[in-house]
Amino acid sequence: MQIAISLQENNGLDSAVSPIFGRCPYFMLYDTETGTFQIKENSAKSAAGGAGVQAAQMVVNEGAQAVISGNLGPKAHSVLASAQIKIFQCESGNAKTALEQFQQQALSSLSGPSAPMHSG
Amino acid sequence: MRIAIASGKGGTGKTTIAANLAQSCARRSKNEVWLLDCDVEAPNAALFLQPTFDQEKESIRLMPIFNQEKCDGCGHCAQVCTYNAIAVAGGKVIFFKELCHACGSCTLNCPQAAITEEPETIGWLQAGHSDELNFAQGKLKIGFSSPVPVIRDLKKWALQNASQEALIFLDASPGCTCPVVETLRDADAALLVTEPTPFGLHDLKLIVQVVQDQMELPCGVVLNKSGENDGLIEDFCTEKQIPILMRLPLSRQIAQVYSEGTLLIDALPELEKPFQMLADQLQSFEKQNPEVGK
Amino acid sequence: MKWIVILSGKGGTGKTTISAALADLASRDMKIVLADADVDAANLDLLLQSQQTACTAFMGGQIAVIDETACIACGRCEEVCRFEAVVAGNPYTINAEMCEGCLSCLYQCPVEAIHVENHQSGEWYRSSSDYGSVFHANLMPGEENSGKLVSELVEAAQQEAESTGAKALIIDGPPGIGCPVTAACRSVDMALIVSEPTVSGKHDMQRVLQLCRHFGLEVFLVLNKCDLNEHLREEMLSFAQEEGMRNLGELPYDESVMQALFSAQPLTRLENHPLNPRLIEIWEHLKEHL
Repeated sequence: MQIAISLQENNGLDSAVSPIFGRCPYFMLYDTETGTFQIKENSAKSAAGGAGVQAAQMVVNEGAQAVISGNLGPKAHSVLASAQIKIFQCESGNAKTALEQFQQQALSSLSGPSAPMHSG
Repeated sequence: MRIAIASGKGGTGKTTIAANLAQSCARRSKNEVWLLDCDVEAPNAALFLQPTFDQEKESIRLMPIFNQEKCDGCGHCAQVCTYNAIAVAGGKVIFFKELCHACGSCTLNCPQAAITEEPETIGWLQAGHSDELNFAQGKLKIGFSSPVPVIRDLKKWALQNASQEALIFLDASPGCTCPVVETLRDADAALLVTEPTPFGLHDLKLIVQVVQDQMELPCGVVLNKSGENDGLIEDFCTEKQIPILMRLPLSRQIAQVYSEGTLLIDALPELEKPFQMLADQLQSFEKQNPEVGK
Repeated sequence: MKWIVILSGKGGTGKTTISAALADLASRDMKIVLADADVDAANLDLLLQSQQTACTAFMGGQIAVIDETACIACGRCEEVCRFEAVVAGNPYTINAEMCEGCLSCLYQCPVEAIHVENHQSGEWYRSSSDYGSVFHANLMPGEENSGKLVSELVEAAQQEAESTGAKALIIDGPPGIGCPVTAACRSVDMALIVSEPTVSGKHDMQRVLQLCRHFGLEVFLVLNKCDLNEHLREEMLSFAQEEGMRNLGELPYDESVMQALFSAQPLTRLENHPLNPRLIEIWEHLKEHL
């Protein structure tokens, strides 16, 4: 499956995870079957409004089935939930450690927004 | 004639000047006098004028409704929406009303004609009187992004029956961005309220840029909290050829009257004359420039 | 690390003067980062006198532009424009001041004669001062203040605060309750409302408090010009108490503050200014919560 991870930087698997979803600079799209990944710029980063919505739309369009991120607001959450994309919370470490924790089922999953509007 | 009252810096006394000037004119003039409170995010003029409202209207824009049955999940609406108010996920459309700017683009672009529109209230308009003064204000609904459409509606609605000879004051919000520009649009002149401090001067320069350079309106300055540092503003005004039309002194007494929400011209009779003189000078704005008032 | 935004609702309550004083006092006790989120009329730096170290162009918005050679003057753009931004003619043109950048006309033009252009509507700066790094900005006059510039600025300040281990980020917030204010409240923990005992002050304090509640912020109050009106002062203090706002302290009406602004530094840097003991008390109370 495809997992989207919000990143602070573009440095491969060593990229630091971003604690915010809507305006993170990059997303990693990791394919668990092949172990390959792409890193894309988050088009929502400098959106005037609705950054969470735009970022979530991007993740949906990329076909991700899970998201690993820090804080997600209610709008982003409702978009991801509509596409039945599972959300896992991870605020620190890098892409590599986040994926390891994910495989070990050590990340808590979010059933609702983790933050009020404009915090993520 | 339309006079906009603006400032650049917040808290210089714009609404105080607008309310007192408008009421002073209304009491003396045979013609109609209006005050429109265009600070629709935080309208305060009514606190001083205690108007009785006899007309109300909602400020409405058309916003989309999505027919989920006709929708085939193509996502085109989400793509064309510049404001990220629409997402398409899991075959469904998710609409975020508070981000919508009511531009109509999604409705026009849906290949399945699955989007129709319905009116949505974005603010409220009220009109009435305070003694002889005609008063109107607008209030933006909390959560909606732009005050500009409400200001636009207010001006159109409140002034539709105003007479040709009416004197109309428009109290702008502080600053010099879009809502202030909208308030200044179609004004004949601007009164800029400032204070003799570095903050006052800094922000006066910004609003003068908008008024003189961008909008090419004649303007005059009202210097509030006037005192020993007036030179700071005087020098700038001389440089820009802007007349200083009135000064109100820095005075604890004035601040106290203001704090109660009482009009200065009612509590302090010695201030009636300065406001009358200010009003007289506005007339000369009109006479100087024959285009003004047309 | 704590992030605090200083708000007032109403302009002229003394927010920026107090922000600068708190910045000075805080910087003596801990490492801080500062941001001036009033990008429409940025005044904080007049007191902090910082030195610019970086300047970034702000591409605020987009506008639609008609290619005059391709335009067939059919008028479709004018039909669909809801912002009165299209000027009829041969060719049709778009009034950039009125254009909201919705791009509806772009999608409707039958000959694809319209394209979008980003335009620079301001710039923001990272500067260094005696009190810590300062992030501030200027939005060009007449531009839209959507909150986007505030968002960029506050985010940059937050990143620097995180990466340099600052103990506090103090944001001097914009007036009002609109988008720029909500953008300044992004991710903050606390709000300090600076108000005054006047009918306007009370009215706007209530509105800005509503906004703070919406964000779930811990709210503090400083009542400035407190001795201007005794009954309003009492009303506001008891309202504040009922609403769970923590009162950090009060400052009396003092005309000498206006003069003090000319010294181009925080009030607390002026030895023996009569308000300083109260400002220090306010800071000490705030510090307990950081």
